[in-house]
Amino acid sequence: MKLKQYETRKYSRIYSLGAARGELVVTNDDIAGPIDSSDEWIRQRTGIITRRRAGENESLMDLSVAAAKEAIASAGIDPKQIGAVIFSTISHPYQTPSAATMLAELVGASAAPAFDISAACAGYCYGIAQADSLVRSGLAEYVLVVGAEKLSDFIDPTDRSISFLLGDGAGAAIVGPSDEPGIAPTVWGSDGSHWSSVSMTNSLLELRDGTASWPTIRQDGQTVFRWAVWEMAKVAQQALDAAGVKAEDLSALVTHQANIRIIDEMVKQLKLPEHVAVARDIVNTGNTSAASVPLAMHQLLQDGTVKSGGLALQIGFGAGLAFAAQVVVLP
Amino acid sequence: MALSQDEVLAGLAEIVNEETGIDPTSVEMGKSFTNDLDIDSISMMTIVVNAEEKFGVKIPDEEVANLVTVGDAVNFITNAQG
Repeated sequence: MKLKQYETRKYSRIYSLGAARGELVVTNDDIAGPIDSSDEWIRQRTGIITRRRAGENESLMDLSVAAAKEAIASAGIDPKQIGAVIFSTISHPYQTPSAATMLAELVGASAAPAFDISAACAGYCYGIAQADSLVRSGLAEYVLVVGAEKLSDFIDPTDRSISFLLGDGAGAAIVGPSDEPGIAPTVWGSDGSHWSSVSMTNSLLELRDGTASWPTIRQDGQTVFRWAVWEMAKVAQQALDAAGVKAEDLSALVTHQANIRIIDEMVKQLKLPEHVAVARDIVNTGNTSAASVPLAMHQLLQDGTVKSGGLALQIGFGAGLAFAAQVVVLP
Repeated sequence: MALSQDEVLAGLAEIVNEETGIDPTSVEMGKSFTNDLDIDSISMMTIVVNAEEKFGVKIPDEEVANLVTVGDAVNFITNAQG
């Protein structure tokens, strides 16, 4: 007797994107006091002019539902057709149940398998890699991928390492079957030897035992900068090679929006031609971890900088350390 | 062949100039990267990586904090050339 297996599909693509940013526009002057800094210092070192943060009554799920609904509507599919929901976040405030099952319920995809992934700033690109595999393996027809964070719940206003960079937002994508290649091979991996380079200050167990306070995010900026530029430039090049394209074939480079100087230095390392648009959504949105890549790509499409059908290299990298990159056709 | 201290200083001054625009003649052994040359941590890391490439040495992350003055960096690179 021979078992049945799913019929595989040859290609997948991103159908659409959705975006939601926290309703508050937080300026550098708003946050400079507790870190003894200034608007000029923050702009010069990070490129950030404002970061978006959630309002008092705005939750991680509110942002995620808004982004997901936009992506579903733009894709022109019925939410019941969604065959999996992949939710990347590090700021969902419950260890269990997942954010994904609640999101599936709230957007009308409640029958779909749904799960969270923890890959921080690489999470959205991890999600796209998984969605691509699920669609091509035949396990799902359409997959909703969401990268969403409410990082303002995990910041320390006096921290000079990362808190002042962070923002809140959600980006979503629908991935589905395609007649043409739409998502090139993912180059991904991790480096646990730098596990503590970007991390929470302490575990929840220490909070329970009263030996530490509410955990917030910290980073070792120099170590992360070196890795994010010089190691990730190699990964970006590998993703181009895996896709069989060159930097000059791209319409856009969409990196994780960690710091404008990481982005600028990576552009230099990749010798990116001037006609390739470079996403710099960090300037107005801040660093939104898992949400930053889809938010930045959505922005480039919305303001007309790039057009649907062009190629974009997207790369996420961050805590873990974890990274993922792939060339995609812009939706 | 290993470069002399003066040659390393001249090469490092070029790298600093390229990253920050600081006049190479201002890059002197006794000057502090942070306090005298006003180089921030991210520029410092870019200088370190470019120096690794130029001089063929490895400067570990944990060593970077010890490179307070230009002289510290020149001495480290000179010795690391082996």
